Amino acid sequence: MTPGPATATPVNPAPVLELADVSISYSGIVPAVVGVDLMVMPGEIVGIIGESGSGKSTLAHSVLGLLPDSAQISGKTLSLNGIDMLGASEQAMRQLRGPAAAMIFQNPMTTFSPMHKLGRQLMDLLWRERGLSNKEKRQKILKALQDVGLPDPAARLEAYPFQLSGGMLQRVAIAAALLMRPSLLVADEPTTALDVTMEAQILHLMHEIRRNAGVSILMISHHLGVIAEICDRVAVMYAGRIVEEGPVDVIFADPRHPYTKALFACEPALIETGATRLPVIGGEVPRPVRIGCGFAGRCPQVLECCCNATPPWVAVGAGNVSHFSRCHRSAP
Amino acid sequence: MTSFIMRRIGLAAIILLIVAILLFSMMHLIPGDPTVVALGPRSTPEMREAFREMMGLDQPILKQLALFLGRLAEGNLGEDVWSKRPVLTMIFEVLPYTATLAVASFLWAVTLGILLGCFAVVHHGKWPDWLIGILSVGFVAVPSFVVALYSLLIFAVSLNWLPAIGAGTPGDFISQLKALVLPSFAIGLGWVGYVARLVRAAMIEAMGENYTRTLRSFGVSERRIIFRYALRQALIAVLSVIAIGFGGLLTGSVFAEIVFSRPGLGKMTYDAVMSRNYPLVMGTVLVTSGLYVTCMIIADVVTAWIDPRVRSAL
Ligand SMILES: Nc1ncnc2c1ncn2[C@@H]1O[C@H](COP(=O)(O)OP(=O)(O)OP(=O)(O)O)[C@@H](O)[C@H]1O
Ligand code: SF4
Ligand SMILES: [Mg+2]
Repeated sequence: MTPGPATATPVNPAPVLELADVSISYSGIVPAVVGVDLMVMPGEIVGIIGESGSGKSTLAHSVLGLLPDSAQISGKTLSLNGIDMLGASEQAMRQLRGPAAAMIFQNPMTTFSPMHKLGRQLMDLLWRERGLSNKEKRQKILKALQDVGLPDPAARLEAYPFQLSGGMLQRVAIAAALLMRPSLLVADEPTTALDVTMEAQILHLMHEIRRNAGVSILMISHHLGVIAEICDRVAVMYAGRIVEEGPVDVIFADPRHPYTKALFACEPALIETGATRLPVIGGEVPRPVRIGCGFAGRCPQVLECCCNATPPWVAVGAGNVSHFSRCHRSAP
Repeated sequence: MTSFIMRRIGLAAIILLIVAILLFSMMHLIPGDPTVVALGPRSTPEMREAFREMMGLDQPILKQLALFLGRLAEGNLGEDVWSKRPVLTMIFEVLPYTATLAVASFLWAVTLGILLGCFAVVHHGKWPDWLIGILSVGFVAVPSFVVALYSLLIFAVSLNWLPAIGAGTPGDFISQLKALVLPSFAIGLGWVGYVARLVRAAMIEAMGENYTRTLRSFGVSERRIIFRYALRQALIAVLSVIAIGFGGLLTGSVFAEIVFSRPGLGKMTYDAVMSRNYPLVMGTVLVTSGLYVTCMIIADVVTAWIDPRVRSAL
């Protein structure tokens, strides 16, 4: 595990993404994300793991202000490059989408319009480049497609999405995102919909981006191997909350939260083999709760206070390692 | 693509054949002397004799059918019972009137419908959207003859802006255009509401698709997403429905031609039925069916052509 560029930065720079106490619910009743704190520093790669329905995509979409109208978001801070997104108008958020943060979605087969040629769509995504002629834009796009290793890019511009494989489309999506030169790249399970070979190729590509482009990445994944391989820090999500967060090697070596422990205990060889899905832990289906610990129904170490008091966010790292766990057991 | 079109044409031919056979059986299934059924009680014995001769009514029934279909294949639809003029010639004389009427109604439906639908989507959830929603339902619910009568009263009688009856002076384009406005509007208005609702629903569906989220995530403006992307998807939905509706516009022309005393296929069919003019009824019904299936073929081809997934699968 290589240390990320962030650890090499001497002074505390401003975070690219900062969330403080962010909660999101759908239709006013169904909480999906509860009281999340998260920070991504320049050049840093932060992973989010958590089982299906734990609120990862909801969180990812909120970063770009892409939540549907039915979602309500509240909290202290949600800022991109220091610009507040909670109070921002739709118009202001539009300006940030792309240059401040770009996103790669889970299912590449539905990322692009089935009715338009890819070239047309990529040109439209470059709407900010008003100073460039169509020919110059085309050159830029071709170069970007080459950089992500898409074979025969010129022909792909004339193709429709259904004529490409999922892996190729995900490359196109990554190329488009990188063309924005974003400060932050949000990748929502970029390989989940792909087969194993494609997945390996896309991961390799993400590796290169990390080396070359100097962007921060918020990487959402089911794939513990991916997280272990490319992330600097990891946040474990459970029922809408981040239950543990810290440097990736520390968390994998010394998980402190009972959920994280259960996760790793399910399959000791998980990290080495790189399982594509998180193991499912027995007990009731996770449901976000506003008060108490969401894991209480399944927790082997549950305490009296777990159901009626929200567990505190406790620093559990040795020395000055920033490692946090949200558990009554971790409280001093 | 060619084989696709050929298949459609084959299907259309089969449909027309069935229509022809039905028309043929009609004459024989109705009890009584087929010549009286076909020509009506007012026909003279000479007329019946001539008709019996022409249809070969003394022959076995299958032979009659074969003769009948053979004549149709030659484009011979028989003669008008009263005027003795070839039916096909008579139809071709009035066809342009009905065609322009149907096309004009279609243009109302498509342009106004798409405009209103887009406007509703742009103001989705705000008052213009509600207003258009109410109007659309109103347009669909109000029967065409009510629209026809009221527009006649207002624009022709009270304001005297547009002619009340007829198809305009032959050769005078402006006068013909003026005469077209009210009847086409009366037929098209119901479709305006229908198309507006269809466009709105299809576009709102498109706005929830993953690809629009992608466009949004790159800061592409809602307007561009609506007009360049969602509209394209909506048009496919509209097109397939409207093509079937075009047949409905032809049927709608029957009443509009009667109310506005316009010459046309609809009025001709009506008059022919009223005067028990069997060859003419048969001819107009066959030609109307022919137009109907032609529209269906065109719609199928255009729908296939507009959707790249379908186009490449052909
Ligand atoms: N548009 C929506 N409307 C209502 N509820 C939603 C919506 N999207 C997500 N949810 C709910 O919010 C919760 C979190 O969903 P989310 O998609 O964020 O989870 P996830 O961690 O990304 O899961 P997955 O791994 O399956 O992608 C789920 O209970 C889900 O049912
Ligand atoms: S707070 Fe209680 S229930 Fe929740 S994880 Fe810790 S011990 Fe288990
Ligand atoms: Mg998800």
